[in-house]
Amino acid sequence: MVELTIDGIKTSVPEGTTVLEAAREMGIIIPALCYHPGLTPYGACRVCIVEVVKGSQSLLEASCTLPVAQGQTIITSSAKVSQARKVIIELLLAACPNSKTLQDLAASMGVNRVRFKIKDKNCILCGLCVRYCKEQMQSGGIGFVGRGTSRRVATAFGETPEECRNCNGCEWICPVCERACMAGSLTDGVCGRCLNLAPVETCPVCTHCSEAVGSSGHRVY
Amino acid sequence: MKRLRSATELEGFRQEILAARDPNKPCVTICSGTGCHAYSCERVSQAFTKELKSRGLQGEVDVRRTGCHGYCERGTIVVIFPEEICYLRVQPEDVPEIIATTLIEKKLVDRLLYQDEEGQKIVHEGEIPFYKHQERTVFGSNRFIDPRSIEDYLAVGGYSALAKALCSMQPEEIIGEIKRSGLRGRGGGGFPTGMKWESCRNAPSPAGVRYIICNADEGDPGAYMDRSLLEGNPHSIIEGMIIGACAIESHHGYVYVRHEYPLAVENLGIALEQAREYGLLGEDILGSGFDFDIKISRGGGAFICGESTALMASLEGRIGEPRAKHIHTVINGLHGRPTNLNNVETWANVPLIINHGADWYSQIGTANSKGTKIFSLVGRINNTGLVEVPMGITLREIIFDIGGGIPEGRKFKAVQTGGPSGGCIPESLVDLPVDFDRLVEAGSMMGSGGMIVMDETTCMVDLAKYFVKFLTEESCGKCVPCREGLDRMLDILTDITEGQGKPSDIELLEELGDVIRGTSLCALGSTAPNPVLSTIKYFRDEYEAHVNEKRCPAGVCKALITFSIDEEKCTGCGVCIKSCPQMAISGEKKKLHTIDQEKCIACGLCRDACKFEAVIVS
Amino acid sequence: MDSVREEKVEEVIREYDSSRDSLISILQDVQSEYRYLPESILKLVARKLGLPLIQVYGVATFFKAFSLKPRGKHLLSVCLGTACHVRGAPAVLDEVERKLCIGPGETSEDMQFTLETVNCLGACALGPIMVMDGEYHGQMVPGKVQGTINRCKKSPRGGKK
Repeated sequence: MVELTIDGIKTSVPEGTTVLEAAREMGIIIPALCYHPGLTPYGACRVCIVEVVKGSQSLLEASCTLPVAQGQTIITSSAKVSQARKVIIELLLAACPNSKTLQDLAASMGVNRVRFKIKDKNCILCGLCVRYCKEQMQSGGIGFVGRGTSRRVATAFGETPEECRNCNGCEWICPVCERACMAGSLTDGVCGRCLNLAPVETCPVCTHCSEAVGSSGHRVY
Repeated sequence: MKRLRSATELEGFRQEILAARDPNKPCVTICSGTGCHAYSCERVSQAFTKELKSRGLQGEVDVRRTGCHGYCERGTIVVIFPEEICYLRVQPEDVPEIIATTLIEKKLVDRLLYQDEEGQKIVHEGEIPFYKHQERTVFGSNRFIDPRSIEDYLAVGGYSALAKALCSMQPEEIIGEIKRSGLRGRGGGGFPTGMKWESCRNAPSPAGVRYIICNADEGDPGAYMDRSLLEGNPHSIIEGMIIGACAIESHHGYVYVRHEYPLAVENLGIALEQAREYGLLGEDILGSGFDFDIKISRGGGAFICGESTALMASLEGRIGEPRAKHIHTVINGLHGRPTNLNNVETWANVPLIINHGADWYSQIGTANSKGTKIFSLVGRINNTGLVEVPMGITLREIIFDIGGGIPEGRKFKAVQTGGPSGGCIPESLVDLPVDFDRLVEAGSMMGSGGMIVMDETTCMVDLAKYFVKFLTEESCGKCVPCREGLDRMLDILTDITEGQGKPSDIELLEELGDVIRGTSLCALGSTAPNPVLSTIKYFRDEYEAHVNEKRCPAGVCKALITFSIDEEKCTGCGVCIKSCPQMAISGEKKKLHTIDQEKCIACGLCRDACKFEAVIVS
Repeated sequence: MDSVREEKVEEVIREYDSSRDSLISILQDVQSEYRYLPESILKLVARKLGLPLIQVYGVATFFKAFSLKPRGKHLLSVCLGTACHVRGAPAVLDEVERKLCIGPGETSEDMQFTLETVNCLGACALGPIMVMDGEYHGQMVPGKVQGTINRCKKSPRGGKK
């Protein structure tokens, strides 16, 4: 067992646990978009960052890929952490303003404007669908294509891959297209109403996901 | 060809090579690095061979095509031994004269010699100011060696360090020597090499499999020291790697080299083949029972593959995507095995340390940065080239004493070190001693050793935009701060350079820069904001001029400058009219020409075309 | 796909002992044969190596060295390394784009030219540099672009990289 301190509370967890898992076990809420308990941690969205204290210095690390270490001191909600998370969510909102998951997350963090140009890409490249397809379905029909700003999730040559079993898992696990923001218009990139709205079960306006990873043939993006 | 079975046989063979060589026989060496290739050094060397043959001198004079000499500004470089007469900017047409005058009459061809500011001619390579202030311990052998001849490398003492390490040192002793030398990785991070080797050696591995990698994916634009070492002296890197393998007990090595460096790949391939033939690589090296071999892997053209985990992913046939490095690659690297990765220059330092000892090595440099460092000095500088200097030398010495200052009498403005991940160091810090720690203190870093000099005609906002654009294209796109953050940073910088900047933009850049630095997954992302943050730190006034006054002080940003014609200087020759792709210039012959601002796209062609400097930028 | 192509690809794969690790090297060698990576070839490589097609496709689109589109007869690359940048490479690139009417990464309609940019060729003393069919043209200024392109058009060779 490894002993560590999270937000001032001492805990002890088995070796190989990640800081995110250890904190969630204690009931501490750490937001995360690319993490799923059934899949290999990926460390792409960086929303789950926490502060790792080392003497008089501290570093920000993604808690989903950070293994626990003996004597580690972690702070999950310092000013430094929330400041960085806010900027990251602002960046994500600029990329996908129509995602209810992101709008809710932004509202809960007190982000009330997006200072960046809105790009509206409808995919945050969290890689959940890619990992789900590969790890849970043992399929590997979809993957990342291109690099940098032109990176996207796709199938090879835009064709339905031989490996695809039409399980729809990619669509099910997607944090962006599962629920679309119902606000008709956005001000400064945020709808501002998210917290007041009851969560919707099925999405009335979302056309993005069918464009993205559709049930009929996975013609992607 | 014979296979060498022991250190004694190696020494014997070396003596044979030396005995067959007459040190007084004239030898013409021609620099054949990529820089000189572009200057057509190939034709120069063909001209030598042909001319010597036609005069029946082919047996009297040796002609050797060597690696890069470093003084790329003045290529093609020809040095004639034993006198060490150095001729610069040699063209194929100069060859008959060199042969007739220097090789036959033993006189100098004055016009090809280096001439200093006072008009004094300098004959010997080592006395030219560019070389005089350097300390070329790693790079120096390049000029004596034909990279395709293992005999040349053996003649300058090559593979003696390997023999020493393999036959008379224990692996722990080798690691101890490297640790005591204070050698730090030359690839960017500056991690102590000996410690890395020790961790890798001590890391548990089920079947004892460990890997050695030489990182030759030199991606920094404007840095080419690793390429010149690989091209010019590949055996020194191979020797370093075998010594490292012996210390770590690894049997498999890789050199990951950029595909944009075809000559380096070719020369390295030849060198590996030769080393294998002589029994210096492969099974039972020098009869010691130790096996080690090296494979070449060509990179696919991705800057991110300079990052160790991305490099290893691509060696496994996957996309070059980094992973979190909480468990270091010395424990869990290539194929999940302990892997020791060092860059080209680091490996090239190893044989020197083993041969001369850690005490000798640690005399050079500063308290925490030992040895020499090769820099590629490029940009707005008189003497573009590769320079090797002891750590701790000041920027002033590099830029002015070695580099010869700024061309056309312009004013030195700043120097970018550490490549796209580094920072800009302004003129006010020109007396900064160059070592790992001092550069970081100044907001930059050592990186692999690129040094890009800028003068007053460089716009710092435009430069920051250039680096951010480069990194946006080269980011793998995995994590949000790097992919989205850099792209938004580029949006903001583009707005600023196009006159659309808002006063809040500078603070937003700083805030975003801090987050990208703190939260990115790998070193590419966490260092990416450096060029922006360091230029804001030292050149905030330039940003403010762009944002508040919509003015580009350096006259670079197209949307903020206008071209016009100086009434007094214009002779009405009409050259600019012909040069303009937009037909924006009009005027009768011998009368003042004018530029239609509506049509002008600020391409600058008229300025280049005008012989009277009548086109002015404001 | 014709059998000649198939044989060539198999030969390259054999050279690398059908090792999946060598995917990038295999694609490089295949590309130097065809000058780009046709869809049929990528599918063949995936099948022969037993890799998911998406992995091969992902690698082929990730690295700059690979092209999935046919390239023109002449390959023209403008160096945008930092040294070339501060010496005026962007103006040279602009001029090339104007003259050829194509952007970086594009091929002219008549399949004569492909324009690419590179991040440093390491011949910084000659910057700004432009490479046409493997031949270096140093100290470029926008005014010299047309002449260089014209000379290249006349040369019969091309396609060498």
